[in-house]
Amino acid sequence: MHEMSITTNLVELLNEHLQGCPGARITRVNLKVGRLTAVEPDALTFCFQVLTEGTPMEGAELQIELVSVRARCLQCQSCFEVEGFYFQCPRCSGKELETIAGDELDLVSLEIEEDEKDKG
Amino acid sequence: MKRIKVEKKLLSTNQQIAEENRRLFKEKGVAVFNLLSSPGSGKTSLIERTVSHLQGRLRTAVITGDLQTDRDAQRIARHRVSVKQITTGGACHLDASMVRKALPFFHIDELDLLLIENVGNLVCPAAYDLGEDAKVTIMSVPEGDDKPLKYPVMFRISEVLIINKVDLLPYTDFDLGQAIKYARQINPAIKVFETSCTTGAGLEDWLRWLEGRVNRLSGATKK
Repeated sequence: MHEMSITTNLVELLNEHLQGCPGARITRVNLKVGRLTAVEPDALTFCFQVLTEGTPMEGAELQIELVSVRARCLQCQSCFEVEGFYFQCPRCSGKELETIAGDELDLVSLEIEEDEKDKG
Repeated sequence: MKRIKVEKKLLSTNQQIAEENRRLFKEKGVAVFNLLSSPGSGKTSLIERTVSHLQGRLRTAVITGDLQTDRDAQRIARHRVSVKQITTGGACHLDASMVRKALPFFHIDELDLLLIENVGNLVCPAAYDLGEDAKVTIMSVPEGDDKPLKYPVMFRISEVLIINKVDLLPYTDFDLGQAIKYARQINPAIKVFETSCTTGAGLEDWLRWLEGRVNRLSGATKK
């Protein structure tokens, strides 16, 4: 299950944002996961729960936006959603396509709650 | 509450190391292929056949990834090529830093070709660029002709598909034409070879393609 090592990377990225803010907690994490990445959102959520237990990220809401696969036909230039991994242009049946979406595996944004005491 | 925009790739660290590997391979004129399949498709047999044929023609080395044992490495080492075993200890894929750590084991200046046998798994290794020139997916006849539909991502990102164990075709209902059709729905440009490591059928085509590709890749640097 490679979701564990992907989530380890995610937690490392999140930790960078917690450095220098004692008492701060991450409450929400927004990810983009393309359907071309073979990453299972449920597995990511499970790994995130396991890896963040007892950390300032525990209980953070992991919001995963699934991104459909889209391609551009290099023959007729039309853009379309690729359904069922069938890589063929629905307009001209062209097979030379450029993938324009669906391979995302991105940390988009996060929300941090700072320690009330620090705010004075 | 503070909202922070990050816009960062989760695998950016792996990607960075993979690009460093790729630059090094290019500088040294080494062609690198990442071999992927499910367990039991005949990856190790194909590598044995390949390195044995390339003996004296191309200077070849092999990295082999395995969860626990070094059995594959022992099999390949019999063919007198340098083999470095990476035991992942349970991890389901190789990543770029594991490959980087394995490189000092070889005299990379003296290599033309590096074959990387990934962990037997058609899902997880798809996410990890190792710095290779191309991914080669191997599927075998007993696995069924609908394998591409079940693991589309791997077939989408591979440049080559090897359908192995074609000597078993008479004993199964595997439809070769259908398997290739499925693979090309997902990846119209995928190059297909049909092989049997038992009878040797089709290996010549694969080896000719591989040698041609390596000579183009490494020749460009070593001229």
